[in-house]
Amino acid sequence: MQRSARRHGNSLPGFGLTLGYSLFYLGIIVLLPLATLVLRGSSLGWHGLWGIAMQPRVMAALETSFGLALAAAAINAVFGMIVAWVLVRYAFFGRRVLDAAVDLPFALPTAVAGIALAALYTPNGWLGSVAAACGIKIAYTPLGIAIALIFVGQPFIVRTLQPVILELDAGLEEVAATLGATRWQALRRVVWPVLAPALLTGFALAFARGVGEYGSVIFIAGNLPFVSEIAPLLIVIKLEEFDYEGATAIATIMLALAFVLLLFINLTQAWSRRRLGDV
Amino acid sequence: MSNVAGLEPGLEGACGPRAKMRAMQPPATREAPWLAAMLIAIALTFLALFLVMPLVVVFVEALGAGLSAYVAALSEPDARAAIGLSLTVAAIAVPLNLVFGLMASWAVAKFAFPGKSLLVTLIDLPLSVSPVVAGLIYVLLFGAQGLLGPFLIRHHIEIVFALPGIVLATVFVTFPFVARELIPLMEDLGNGDEEVALTLGATGFQVFMRVTLPNIRWALLTGVLLCNARAMGEFGAVSVVSGHIRGLTDTMPLYIEILYNEYNGVAAFAVASLLAGLALATLAAKALLEFVFRPRDVEDPVQRVRRP
Repeated sequence: MQRSARRHGNSLPGFGLTLGYSLFYLGIIVLLPLATLVLRGSSLGWHGLWGIAMQPRVMAALETSFGLALAAAAINAVFGMIVAWVLVRYAFFGRRVLDAAVDLPFALPTAVAGIALAALYTPNGWLGSVAAACGIKIAYTPLGIAIALIFVGQPFIVRTLQPVILELDAGLEEVAATLGATRWQALRRVVWPVLAPALLTGFALAFARGVGEYGSVIFIAGNLPFVSEIAPLLIVIKLEEFDYEGATAIATIMLALAFVLLLFINLTQAWSRRRLGDV
Repeated sequence: MSNVAGLEPGLEGACGPRAKMRAMQPPATREAPWLAAMLIAIALTFLALFLVMPLVVVFVEALGAGLSAYVAALSEPDARAAIGLSLTVAAIAVPLNLVFGLMASWAVAKFAFPGKSLLVTLIDLPLSVSPVVAGLIYVLLFGAQGLLGPFLIRHHIEIVFALPGIVLATVFVTFPFVARELIPLMEDLGNGDEEVALTLGATGFQVFMRVTLPNIRWALLTGVLLCNARAMGEFGAVSVVSGHIRGLTDTMPLYIEILYNEYNGVAAFAVASLLAGLALATLAAKALLEFVFRPRDVEDPVQRVRRP
């Protein structure tokens, strides 16, 4: 007790037990299994990993996953910003219900979202028939994958931006207005610099989720190799063929990307904190 | 930016009353009415397309063939087995992560120690890992070809393609849900109450049960609800480790996939409607908890947003 009080600046008990248990549990559930993957991946060597990544079908799947996740995150960034702004700044009927509903993609199981989106966007579905009338095919094409990724990524942007918009000091916009700025100038020069880091964080979170997304995509994607086959599905296919090397290689590449994105997210958040601390 | 930042503290006092007066007239800090209306319209259209319609279509498709078909689909033996398995998995995975969440938040929020931010990042790590990868890592560890595979086979222990594997994969994907709900709150609350209780002679366990727990119980409940919704609904990770043995290792989401691929849409959406209902109930309970138990100085539940 005496020693721990001096070390942690307080006299509460349980530090050793709680930290020890947390590290143990984190170790066996998360770190050890992930280390197994990294070990298996590295045993393939750079050459082996590169060889598998360069297989045309793997390459196409990675391109599909990364490209469409990027596109979906970009679309979400635009609409998510509008949604977040509207939910914070405007009062209208049903705002609170909508605000609670933004979390739906977190709570709705991906398989449920998957079959629901597939049913909506097939050529005889409610929205698919409208698109079909315009000559656009959505379900079973890359466009369908993008729709699913927009669905799952949407709350990441809104929930990252909302607290920042809320913390915005409207007084600053007022000052800008009194100094002769138009509304557009105030938004661009005063509001945008504060929102940008949060938007980047939300974008990275949505992108990371989109790259790894499986359940909501496979029902609407059609899963044609080289066209609409995503990387996580290819891992599943390789596993079903008992091609553990192939599955491991693709998973290692995706895990590496997840780490890079996590680092990026932490950096943008630190940047955002510094930025907001200044304002 | 830095200019404005430098001016702001001095101007605030002078601007306060004037700002209140200006609130009466069309303020300079709002968009023009036509633009505001357009933004609201865009936001509503977007949310209708991507939130409301997918939800509505689940229930419409589920009940499309009438109530009796709906009930029949849910009383299939395989459906009941899937529901039972999902409940079992959640009943094991949620308490495990609940205990971890309490332990981790106590260590992180109550004490300062080197490597704390790394620990918090690692707790969030499972959110950044693809569900399929989450399943794969357990196959690589416990599968027949896996690191521990030969050992497990010798001792007739089944993990992959059995309940333990499904539980492990579920625990992995729901790992941070309770902890991340508790850590910010407990950091905000500080250690004062607990220290007072200690000086009054309470034991560590009494402090936790009588002082800390009452302070965090609603956040704890929110975390448990979110954890449970995800545990019942996890698809990708469980799909990789389950082996899809019908009536035995098929959870509700996996059963939905089977039905859907067999073109049994009504049954697929009937099972899906149960999970959609659970998701709705979870969100409603979360919103209610945040509305009723929000901190007193916050005037709007919108403010109690959490990072996804």
